[in-house]
Amino acid sequence: MTGQIDAAFEGALGDFRLDTAFTAAMTGVTALFGPSGSGKTTVLRCIAGLTRMQGRLSVNGRDWQSAEAFTPAHQRPVGYVFQDANLFPQLTVTGNLNFAAKRSGKRSNGDNPAIDFDETIDLLGLAPLMQRMPAALSGGERQRVAVGRALLSRPQVLLMDEPLSGLDQAAKADILPYLERLTDTLAIPVLYVSHDIGEVARLADHMVLLNSGRAIASGTIGDMLERLDLGPLVEPFEESVLATAEITGHDPKYRLTRLICCGQPLTIPEADLAIGETVRLRIRARDVALATKRPEGISIRNILEGHIAEISAAPGAAHAETLVDINGARLRARITLEALAELELTVGAPVFALVKSVTFDGRSIAQKQSG
Amino acid sequence: MDDIWQPIWLSIRLATVTTAFLLVLGAPLAWWLARSPRRWKEAVAAIVAMPLVLPPTVLGFYLLLALGPDGPAQYLNGHGLAFTFEGLVIGSIIYSLPFVVQPIRNAFEAFGEKPLEAAATLGAGPWDRFWHVALPLARPGILTGAVLGFAHTIGEFGVVLMIGGDIPGETRVLSVAIYEYVETLQWRKAHLLAGGMVAFAFIVVLAVLLLNRRPVRQGASA
Repeated sequence: MTGQIDAAFEGALGDFRLDTAFTAAMTGVTALFGPSGSGKTTVLRCIAGLTRMQGRLSVNGRDWQSAEAFTPAHQRPVGYVFQDANLFPQLTVTGNLNFAAKRSGKRSNGDNPAIDFDETIDLLGLAPLMQRMPAALSGGERQRVAVGRALLSRPQVLLMDEPLSGLDQAAKADILPYLERLTDTLAIPVLYVSHDIGEVARLADHMVLLNSGRAIASGTIGDMLERLDLGPLVEPFEESVLATAEITGHDPKYRLTRLICCGQPLTIPEADLAIGETVRLRIRARDVALATKRPEGISIRNILEGHIAEISAAPGAAHAETLVDINGARLRARITLEALAELELTVGAPVFALVKSVTFDGRSIAQKQSG
Repeated sequence: MDDIWQPIWLSIRLATVTTAFLLVLGAPLAWWLARSPRRWKEAVAAIVAMPLVLPPTVLGFYLLLALGPDGPAQYLNGHGLAFTFEGLVIGSIIYSLPFVVQPIRNAFEAFGEKPLEAAATLGAGPWDRFWHVALPLARPGILTGAVLGFAHTIGEFGVVLMIGGDIPGETRVLSVAIYEYVETLQWRKAHLLAGGMVAFAFIVVLAVLLLNRRPVRQGASA
């Protein structure tokens, strides 16, 4: 079908078996998410044509792989960002970028996006690096060059294989805004492999969840994060939902930023965002507490009124996962089974969701709207 | 004194022509050996490496048969290539091939699959990848192979004597000339050539060591 990636792969690599089928939209960022060893990277390599398995693949209505045909990697209009950047060590940054730019016309069918060289340099902040050799770049810089190089090949789809996983926290924080800007600015669809739910929640619009070589669920990032049944596949304590909020003001005295979220006020530590801007907030289940009455004399600033929409408890666990409906938006809260029983919480019960302001940091605020 | 320059020039000519052929043949062969998934490629590698262990006289003997007037070479020109400069070139290529193929193969294997995959995703086809990624990355190995191939051809003796004999200006190369001078008790000329070879060998070995000391390790981990 036009406008989507339609993939099905089957095969074995050593002990690992892949047997997966999914479709992904040719818009925005689609995360291929799952625990290590779930086959994310293998799927990405199959899409790029770097690994060959049985199956079929069509992108935007064109067959790249079928029972009869296999388009070799160099004829597929993809950009691939490797986990370790994989720059050409003998070429400068300019040389690496030119390698891509020179060949960008070769595999176009006239429908590849136009990518401006200078604009890409600008978007990724590469200007000061141009004459350097890859060995003289930091991990984050190398990854930015790799993204630029992939873009300059004018791909119809950008494939990113855990581009941040080799980087330390500081380097990640440095590169994430570039990726955000890029995915917002460019009309190129991105398939983004990651096992870091924080990264995915911040960047992705859609999510395909993989486990043990199978695609087990897919949907918009917001819906996927709200699904309680998928919990065990996300790192424990990292389960979260996304909420869209609008900046309403800043409080310089207490260094706070105030927002409206689900029609109710929310306060977070001061963030460098313009009033009126809409942002995506990631709220983790472990940071949300529940109360049956509006609490008073409490340090928690954010008290959102709603009702319980869903409750689930994994067998043998000491806690329950609850989904709280707040004017149509949903928050997850993780509470102990004891609290669940004492507060007599059932589906439909009115509750107040409490969220500590300080649990929001730069990593949990994205300058894009929830998909 | 003119007659000691003749074998020097002949050896240099022979080594230059041979090295040129060796690079043109050796680089693709090394590429195939480094990358082919075929099991039997190691049998090919063993054949290429055989001159390393065979006595030069054995190699020379079979080459003489092949290049002689009754061997397959007779179909090239009617009388074969034994005792000609062209015959020496063919013999030298076979004799020095392992010295060129091995370092180039090692260099191709050292950088692995990753740069080639990156190139493929950027739209570079197989030939483009070989020419613009593999060869530049293997440059130190190619230079080492070229220097070793050249030097080894300059120094060869047994094979040359077997298939080329001792014809001044055609097949009397350096090593054969030294042998000739010693046999005829022309010690001074033998000294000049032998001493020159010692100095040359030192320079070659030093060059190879320096080439391999160049930092090949690049783009290492973050």
